[in-house]
Amino acid sequence: MTDEKCRVLEHVDVGGGYRRLVLNAPNIVSNVEAGQFVHVRVPGLDESSLRRPFSVFNAQDDRLFLLYKEVGRGTRVLGLVKEGDEVMVLGPLGHGFPLECKGAALLVGGGYGVAPLYLLARSLLARNVGPVKLFAGGRSQADLLAIDAFRELGVEVFLATNDGSVGEKGLVTLPLDAEIAKLKGASQDFEIFACGPDPMLKAVAERALSANAKGWISMDRHMICGVGACYACIQKTVRGNSRCCIEGPVFAAGDLVWE
Amino acid sequence: MVDVSVNIGGLKMPTFLATASGTFGYGFEYVGAVDYSKLGAVTAKGIRMEMWPGNPMPRHAEVPGGLVNAIGLQGTGVEHFLDITVPWYRSCVPSVPLIANIWGDSIESYARVAEKMGSAVDALEMNVSCPNVKAGGHTFGQDPNVLFEVVSAVRKATKLPLFVKLAPNVPSITPYVKACEDGGADALSLINTIPAMVIDIEKRRPVLANISGGLSGRCVHPVAVKMVYEAKKVTCLPILAMGGVYDAKDAIELMLAGATAVAVGTSIFTDPGVISSVYDGVVDYCERHGFAAVRDLTGALENSFI
Repeated sequence: MTDEKCRVLEHVDVGGGYRRLVLNAPNIVSNVEAGQFVHVRVPGLDESSLRRPFSVFNAQDDRLFLLYKEVGRGTRVLGLVKEGDEVMVLGPLGHGFPLECKGAALLVGGGYGVAPLYLLARSLLARNVGPVKLFAGGRSQADLLAIDAFRELGVEVFLATNDGSVGEKGLVTLPLDAEIAKLKGASQDFEIFACGPDPMLKAVAERALSANAKGWISMDRHMICGVGACYACIQKTVRGNSRCCIEGPVFAAGDLVWE
Repeated sequence: MVDVSVNIGGLKMPTFLATASGTFGYGFEYVGAVDYSKLGAVTAKGIRMEMWPGNPMPRHAEVPGGLVNAIGLQGTGVEHFLDITVPWYRSCVPSVPLIANIWGDSIESYARVAEKMGSAVDALEMNVSCPNVKAGGHTFGQDPNVLFEVVSAVRKATKLPLFVKLAPNVPSITPYVKACEDGGADALSLINTIPAMVIDIEKRRPVLANISGGLSGRCVHPVAVKMVYEAKKVTCLPILAMGGVYDAKDAIELMLAGATAVAVGTSIFTDPGVISSVYDGVVDYCERHGFAAVRDLTGALENSFI
């Protein structure tokens, strides 16, 4: 873990209120694992504002890619950062996804929850595990992010939108359930990896458990320190109050206690 | 070369700079992001006898100039602390003294945890801002008589340098300082967080599950300066000052007001580099102003208006 001063290489609007931020971060890039996150000091926020945590979308050739949505003051001000600016980035942080996947890897992302799944897909494919399949859901077509990038990796993609603007009309669990049924029918092993809003994660975790498959759930929580020091980002688990930033953000589906 | 070491109530700190309890975990979490050679002590997160789950979520709210938290002192209990946490801290951070922050829900439980600590840590700091179960939830630090009793009980249970961390929300600090002196404290820690509350107007609900919490960060700094100044006027006990230290100027203000050592806290969350920048800035200030030792800053306030 280092607090790295990173130059902004690219910062672009990718539509729908989402942005891609590319930083020069050789230290973080050389250590990051899929599912880990970074804690960003947003330039332009006053000095007592907290850092903001972001999943690592991709890490390649010294470049750290973040994909985020404007959801509040921090991400709004982060949007003003320009190419050439310097940003302090603490990372890599947390426990990511395990990569010893047996059978098919079903990646489930809701909205910007696909962010940690891209590096995961790359990492799984690099280990020759899989096949890797992505199930991406969102309110509308604009909420389905980086789909082409997943396809370019050779990931089979299944889409669902609430308004039916692309893919199946409804929740991402529709195509996921169909695939689970198919794999179970063929007695094939699979594991589920998910990131997105809590209701989606709960639904996905339940499916992993009832299918007796491994499920790896990445939780999104407001954080203060990002390193396990403050105990603000608590998720209830079978072990008690666990810290998302260090015991997570990825938890085994069976360890999570939903409230 | 400016002498940066200080002795505060018998605790020899290699530098004048500490971390505040609750903001730095158990001391090892920031390895890689912090220059530990600039720290004179780490104050660990609060520990009591038994495991404690802390408060429900949400536990914090960001406010202009600061942070309101109601973490609720989640911790593993003293046995785990002594068996696992302290040895791990010593192996990760071999050269920085460790102050254990302790708390309880009765006078006896304070004394028991202090006794249990033995000499495994380098000093104890009492958090007296937690509810006394036997007194209907009033905090120990609210009543000078109760404060005297709990400090006395802990004093009898430990030979370690004993710090008492006082709350700023009192009409006058004097009776509390006296209670600590009479109870046998070696030093004071000033200030704890300030009671605060944040409301989500859309939901018409408190933001924190605990309803209220403690305010820390940039905005509390002038409160800390005033409390240190007031305390120093009435006591010879050395003061470890904390409260909104974001740069060297903040630390120097606290020392001029009477602090022997200074802790950074909430500022670490935004910038772990604050430990280096505060240290470097204080040393630079001493060089520029001809102070041979950082300890010469303590109480070196000119009363120019008199």
